[in-house]
Amino acid sequence: MTSGTLLRQITDYANRADPYPLYAELRKTPVARQEDGVYTVSTYWEILSLLHDPRLSSDLRNRTPQPGCALPVEEDPGLPVSFIRLDPPEHDRLRRLATRPFGPPKTPRRIFNMRGELAQMISELIDGFQGRNQVDLVEDFAYPFPVTVICKLLGVPRQDEPRFHVWAEAIVAALDPNPAEGPAERQRASDQARSELGLYLAELIEEHRRTPGEDLLSALALDHGPDGQMTSVELIATGVLLLIAGHETTVNLITNGMLTLLRYPDVLKRLRDDPGLAVPLVEELLRYEPPVQLLPQRTALADIDIAGTTIPRGAPIWLVLASGNRDPQRFSDPDRFEPERQDNQHLGFGSGIHYCFGAPLARLEAQLALTELARRLGNPRLVNDPPPYRQNPVLRGPRHLPIAFDDLSA
Amino acid sequence: MSVDGPSQAFKRHGRIVIVGASLAGLRAAETLRKEGFTGSLTMIGDEPQEPYDRPPLSKQVLLGRMPADGAPLPRRCAIDAQWRLGVAATGLDLVGKRVRMADGEEVAFDRLLIATGTRARPWVKEAEADLDGVFVLRTSGDAVLLNRRLTARPRRVLIIGAGFTGSEIASACRERGLEVTVAERGPAPLVGALGGVIGAVAAELQRAHGVDLRCGITVTALEGDPAGRLTRAHLSDGTALDVDVAVVALGAMRNTEWLAGSGVAAGPRGIACDAGCRAFDVHGIVTDDIFVAGDVARSPHPLFAYQFLSLEHWGNAVAQAEIAAHNMIASGPDRLPHLWVPAFWSAQFGVNIKSTGVPTMGDKLMITQGSLAEHRFAAAYGFQGRVIAAVTFDQARWLDFYRKLIESAAPFPLDFANVDRRPEGLRPVPAEFPDPSLPSHGPTVTLSGYSPSDRRVTFTPAHA
Amino acid sequence: MANPVEGKQVLMRIVVDLNRCEGYAQCAFLAPDVFTMHGEEALMYTPHADDAQREHVVRAAAACPVQAILVDQWADQRADEPTVAREADVHVG
Ligand SMILES: Cc1cc2nc3c(=O)[nH]c(=O)nc-3n(C[C@H](O)[C@H](O)[C@H](O)COP(=O)(O)OP(=O)(O)OC[C@H]3O[C@@H](n4cnc5c(N)ncnc54)[C@H](O)[C@@H]3O)c2cc1C
Ligand code: HEM
Ligand code: SF4
Repeated sequence: MTSGTLLRQITDYANRADPYPLYAELRKTPVARQEDGVYTVSTYWEILSLLHDPRLSSDLRNRTPQPGCALPVEEDPGLPVSFIRLDPPEHDRLRRLATRPFGPPKTPRRIFNMRGELAQMISELIDGFQGRNQVDLVEDFAYPFPVTVICKLLGVPRQDEPRFHVWAEAIVAALDPNPAEGPAERQRASDQARSELGLYLAELIEEHRRTPGEDLLSALALDHGPDGQMTSVELIATGVLLLIAGHETTVNLITNGMLTLLRYPDVLKRLRDDPGLAVPLVEELLRYEPPVQLLPQRTALADIDIAGTTIPRGAPIWLVLASGNRDPQRFSDPDRFEPERQDNQHLGFGSGIHYCFGAPLARLEAQLALTELARRLGNPRLVNDPPPYRQNPVLRGPRHLPIAFDDLSA
Repeated sequence: MSVDGPSQAFKRHGRIVIVGASLAGLRAAETLRKEGFTGSLTMIGDEPQEPYDRPPLSKQVLLGRMPADGAPLPRRCAIDAQWRLGVAATGLDLVGKRVRMADGEEVAFDRLLIATGTRARPWVKEAEADLDGVFVLRTSGDAVLLNRRLTARPRRVLIIGAGFTGSEIASACRERGLEVTVAERGPAPLVGALGGVIGAVAAELQRAHGVDLRCGITVTALEGDPAGRLTRAHLSDGTALDVDVAVVALGAMRNTEWLAGSGVAAGPRGIACDAGCRAFDVHGIVTDDIFVAGDVARSPHPLFAYQFLSLEHWGNAVAQAEIAAHNMIASGPDRLPHLWVPAFWSAQFGVNIKSTGVPTMGDKLMITQGSLAEHRFAAAYGFQGRVIAAVTFDQARWLDFYRKLIESAAPFPLDFANVDRRPEGLRPVPAEFPDPSLPSHGPTVTLSGYSPSDRRVTFTPAHA
Repeated sequence: MANPVEGKQVLMRIVVDLNRCEGYAQCAFLAPDVFTMHGEEALMYTPHADDAQREHVVRAAAACPVQAILVDQWADQRADEPTVAREADVHVG
């Protein structure tokens, strides 16, 4: 089997339920040039090192056009790229600005103080299972919960969800690097969705400027700090980023979490008896079933010698986080789910300057959600295993997760 | 008992003594237990407290965020040691394998670890050093006294020496709204450790935060009132300052006097040891049963031309203690070298300063990321065509990249493209280290030549 | 044992390896009473915490992306610790 076909297999939907054997294959060449010019990096230490390497750019404008590969589409001049796709110093400035109302040093307690509210939302959603013996965990819980949270945080009306749900789906679909599935079309649809979502947010931000609330968008619109203020378009781009990132990732962490717990009933039982187990367990989930499987956006700014290969300047690089997380050189018995694994420096949230902005929120959401699900569902079981997956190989997770249960504790 | 050959018996029933119950001593003790040493372990420390962490003393403690005695170090495992705290070791009998203690007792050992660290260099003139209001900062006791005085809101604090500790104290004082003058003999703060280019940024930080920074100046005398309280400081430019607190931050002195005449290669520059942490004797022959770790040690490092490095760094104390402990219970090929790449951090004026490698070896540097003017940057130091060190100001997430460059002896200057390389970062500039023969304040990394023992074979205590 | 911190019962001792720390602030989000950021990147923390903070400190330590936070639970080490105090008392006195 050539490694070229390996990449196709990874993006191939047929392998979505269990890509891990393919990653093991991929790790045989830690840094490999694939047939379309993409360099895959699949081993832990190499990924970690590249995430801290200033010769890597997150900005697609640095990419040399590759034959047979989708060109980065011209960015919408009205809506600049968000900081996840930017390099320092712009990345750092925008991330600092976004952090001011969100976390330390200026607002250390915003997320911490949401704990009660998160617990409340979780209770209400689980109360909604009343009178049923089967739910779709995705539709009935894992999707609505983080969406409610991010809406609350940003100050986006929850009832508008059906509108931006469509846009969000289109935007993340473009992250799917599968070359067989018409990337150009998907990119166009994504750009379209992004500008529609942008327009929607622009209006909302104007409203918040007039009547500010306690939310993040209001704070970002009004804040003035040592770095000044975000411009209107920067603010919209950041809003789009946070809304999407808060939308399409945590759902998979919670769903993958429940799926894994139902596959390891002894762990589920231990979690029920000891809610504290949720803390290391969520870390292990981020290693074992990371919602973001790979980062396909990096580009080499210079020739980089690594693991016996030279990645040439301008080449696209895929950092396969989920593969690094299963690297036996780094994690003992990597294919085992060990909720109390020691020294678990997984790559689930990335590393380096783009380390997940929302990680503290995602962690709390998942810890609280899984604890409550474990506590309240009586005798929960999987209806089908594996469940049907989403198309996307980057943001990977079940599309539906039907769970049957006997009863519901208070 | 014999500890030659397979050391299983030693591992089970041996006697290990550790002198110096602080960071290095504690981490060594834990490593011994974790690696299966079940014999007897004695910890001798002259401070009365159990091991505590020093870095907070010039940071959180002086900011009033925690009590000075609030930083006992967590344990990685149970140590099950005989603790002899509050009593100093006063002598070593190398042949009889015994440590003498201040209370007259002696403790026998099969193997000994010396981790006696350093102490603050006192103000040169003893009578002036004794004035009420003159402080040093090394121990939690020092921090209690200094913090108490700062809480009483002195009119002006004078800090003598702008190395890391002095600068951190100045930062804490400013944050507490106290007036601060910093007197530094060199051209800028931190020059001894990071050179003049970076020192200039440190100077900007100090001034931007309202420090009255005076460089190229020394304090010539401290003056007290009849009651023995500090009132005034005289400077080498002929001016005088009214101050009621002076903190002497002129670096550290190694605690080796207790080894005088013992036959171990101990001197004012520390105790020389091999890369496996075994101490040299005065003849330059490596000893079998005496090990050294932490601030008091000086050992050769292959990455830095096998020069003997004395590193007053938290991370070095931990790493070297672990290697020393491992080697104390390992034999032959199982022994490990201490190859840790030096690293330290300092937090001052709201900026996170981190470094890796040996900046003082660098003759040139390049601002490879960010910019000096923004006080956010990464800089690489070069020496003989290779990368030898790096420093970051609020750019810590990149530092590991530079550590790897150092480890792989990557070529300098760095001519590749990378994110955030500004025009100012395209060309190397002289790093501007002052003449090392004129130390301005104790630099925390010292290169001390190639010889295992100091040139003097007989030990002469620096102070009686 | 006798307590070093103003008579309060100390149950956790904390040290952060600030060489490892890359200033991700995960700890400062999750246990803001113990871990605080000083500026963008410099971490300052309280090296001890009482039982009320336990849940948060454990969360913070688990979340640290570089696993730089070392916490011990004094309660777990009772057998070891009193020895420290007793012998220290003997030799200081
Ligand atoms: C205020 C301050 C701030 C610092 N900040 C930083 C920082 O930000 N970053 C960084 O990397 N490093 C920092 N350091 C340095 C760091 O604390 C030291 O590198 C570390 O403490 C070294 O540990 P050690 O165990 O080798 O030596 P020490 O901590 O000096 O311990 C030696 C121990 O041995 C005892 N002792 C000495 N002689 C005898 C004897 N004869 N008998 C018995 N006991 C004896 C001493 O009293 C002491 O308890 C700082 C140090 C200070 C003082
Ligand atoms: C389990 C849930 C989540 C996972 C697994 C996850 C994963 C990641 C990963 C791997 C990255 C790194 C991207 C890169 O290096 O290119 C990242 C970045 C980011 N995440 Fe998350 N994320 C999650 C939840 C969230 C949430 C809830 C938010 C918003 C509140 C969020 C906001 C962001 C942002 C803004 C970035 C860009 C950071 C930067 O470029 O500096 N994420 N995330
Ligand atoms: S979470 Fe870890 S890396 Fe981040 S600031 Fe805290 S200790 Fe440092």
